[in-house]
Amino acid sequence: MEESRRKGQHRWGMVVDLDKCTGCGACVVACSVENNQMLGSPEEAAMGRVIRWLKILPKTEVEGSHVRQNLIPMPCQQCENPPCIKVCPVYATFKNEEGIVGQVYSRCIGCRYCLNACPYTCKFFNWKKPLWPDEMRSSFNPSVSVRPNGVVEKCLFCHHRLQRAKEEAVAQGRNLQEGDYQPACAEVCPAKAIVFGDLNDSESDVSRLCKDPRAFHLLEELGTEPKVTYLREGV
Amino acid sequence: MKRKGWAFYVQVCGLLAFYAFTLAVNGWFLWRIQKLRDLGDNWMAGAVIGCLVGPLFILFSAVLTFLFYTVAVKEKKAGVTEPVPISKTESALIAPILNPPGKGFLLFVGILVSVSLWALFAWSQQVFRGLQVTGLGNPVFWGFYITNFVFFIGISHAGTLISAILRIANAEWRRPITRSAEVITVMVLFFGAANILLDLGRPDRMLNVFLYGRYESPLLWDVCSITAYLTASSIYLYIPLIPDIAILRDHVQGWRRDFYELLSLGWTGAPEEVRILEKCIAIMAIVVIPVAISVHTVVSYVFSMTVQPMWHSTIFGPYFVVGAIFSGIAALIIAMAVLRKAYGLQEYLRPIHFQYLGTLLLVMSCLWLYFTFCEYITVWYGHEPDHMLIFFSKLSGRYSFHFWTMALTCFVFPFLVLASRLGKTVGGTVAASAFVCVGMWLERFLIVVPTLVRPRLPYTVGSYSPSWVEISLFAGCLAAFALLYTVFTRLFPIVSIWEVREGKEHAEEEVSERIRTYFPAS
Repeated sequence: MEESRRKGQHRWGMVVDLDKCTGCGACVVACSVENNQMLGSPEEAAMGRVIRWLKILPKTEVEGSHVRQNLIPMPCQQCENPPCIKVCPVYATFKNEEGIVGQVYSRCIGCRYCLNACPYTCKFFNWKKPLWPDEMRSSFNPSVSVRPNGVVEKCLFCHHRLQRAKEEAVAQGRNLQEGDYQPACAEVCPAKAIVFGDLNDSESDVSRLCKDPRAFHLLEELGTEPKVTYLREGV
Repeated sequence: MKRKGWAFYVQVCGLLAFYAFTLAVNGWFLWRIQKLRDLGDNWMAGAVIGCLVGPLFILFSAVLTFLFYTVAVKEKKAGVTEPVPISKTESALIAPILNPPGKGFLLFVGILVSVSLWALFAWSQQVFRGLQVTGLGNPVFWGFYITNFVFFIGISHAGTLISAILRIANAEWRRPITRSAEVITVMVLFFGAANILLDLGRPDRMLNVFLYGRYESPLLWDVCSITAYLTASSIYLYIPLIPDIAILRDHVQGWRRDFYELLSLGWTGAPEEVRILEKCIAIMAIVVIPVAISVHTVVSYVFSMTVQPMWHSTIFGPYFVVGAIFSGIAALIIAMAVLRKAYGLQEYLRPIHFQYLGTLLLVMSCLWLYFTFCEYITVWYGHEPDHMLIFFSKLSGRYSFHFWTMALTCFVFPFLVLASRLGKTVGGTVAASAFVCVGMWLERFLIVVPTLVRPRLPYTVGSYSPSWVEISLFAGCLAAFALLYTVFTRLFPIVSIWEVREGKEHAEEEVSERIRTYFPAS
């Protein structure tokens, strides 16, 4: 079908086991530190202006008198058929050959059309020049660029880690293997609820878990084909 | 050959500049399509749009060349007459141009300038501090600016579309009102486009749209369509203006004479010139209709091409066009009433014109109700949960006040006023139009915001209320529009002198001749 489905090409995907997830929020912290996200103030939070590429989505299910609070860790769903890229007027957002949906900060004009087209509301806008306390400024992740005012940003599956893993593999004269590359959220999850790997490799953990009867996608009916799969809780 | 003065050479430069523009538009499509093909991207969308827009500009160039050749270059065989003196009634039309402005006028302009300057200050705040000065946030990424964009582009359908339809339909009563309508179009389009720039997070990068444009994006369709519409309606405003500019040229002295000399293309009023001019107007009137319809259709596509609840709707194209014509007529009626009062044009803008436009407004009001009904009943009957959240937020939830005000001001009030005896009066139609303008702005707001407040995911609810910057910029756009319009009325006659004259002299004969052909001879 598409390039990313071709044999020998990686297609990165994630599985989140909601049965294992404790909702501790370690993934959110790891993600924001890893990717130099803004700190944010309570006022900004009230305006919906704090940027967290990975957020925990609360979902309340009511069955009769039984109320249940589900917590769903939600990064960019990395759609195979992303509604956000078609609407960008300047090719600032795109899907690369490994299936990761990227964002070109230096080209984005900040029209926010992609944010409105995303049914998952998983993209973010810099409403102002991001500011950090000095302590944070001195400990930026040097592999990740800091975004300017007025552009859109999003989860890239820690693409900089993939780059580094590829370089290391080349240096060692071997092919990239699955374990070489983990995004920060998967690495840090204390419950091992987030599994990351290559969907094109039928032997991988993610491929195996995707076939689990508990597997589902968010808003599957829209045909966006997300590469983030969830495993239903308590079945 | 006529003796060619300096004005002729400047006119030639103007024409060459338009050729360059045409070349740039066509060249841009070719360059981008070639580039996309090299990159292995989808170039078909660009080819389709380019094939539609490119030839349009070539046609505009051809029309202008044809007109320029006939009026300014070609030697007239016969019929060059002395300029017709201005009659007593007609002097009311050029009085605003010849007479110095009064105190009331200066006060009015002063207020408009101060509001515009205030808006400029508000905008400077946004430029320096970013979009944090607005009331926007996640998930309501669009608010006032996009609402105003849709609203202003809608108002722009006042002029060109209505004037073109009336011209083609040979509606003789159009003669005194077409000019004022066409000016609205040209002026308000700037503010429609400006609101997109206000909305950008990085206005400094707006040229990226031309350098790296992606033709699959509805925003690119907007850029192409609005550029074509602005060009077409400017030409369509200018061509019927030429004989009036010539009249002014013969009545003023000094630098203003040079100004009108330049714009009149050396018009003499020979029958040959009039014939070609009317041909050019007829061509432009036909061309401008599909362009105008395309504009509001693609504006609606910005919303309907996404999969968001209550945006993803096939009815949006025609619904937006109907709403645009609706609000356009309302804006035109208000503008006419102001002009009538301010410049004493009661002889020209008569109650009958308001009555006829009021009837059109009534028709559009019913059409608007029909489209709104279709849109909402389909959503309600389908009863999809995501859609229903937004449906109920409009009908009974947070936006119910906006919604029912819209229903009252877009349909109930205008319908009651226009269907009653009040609809035959100037005051009645103006009141109905004021309601419609408010209602149609609310309609645009209700399309943009409630969908964003309730996104499919997350299951949380956003909120939006505009900041002082957004409100100031809206006020500033309105004031600056009124200012530009006022300046125009001080430079050019806002009622077409030659068309009214022609109507008085020939229309009666023509119409009775036409009516005779409808029926058996004896």
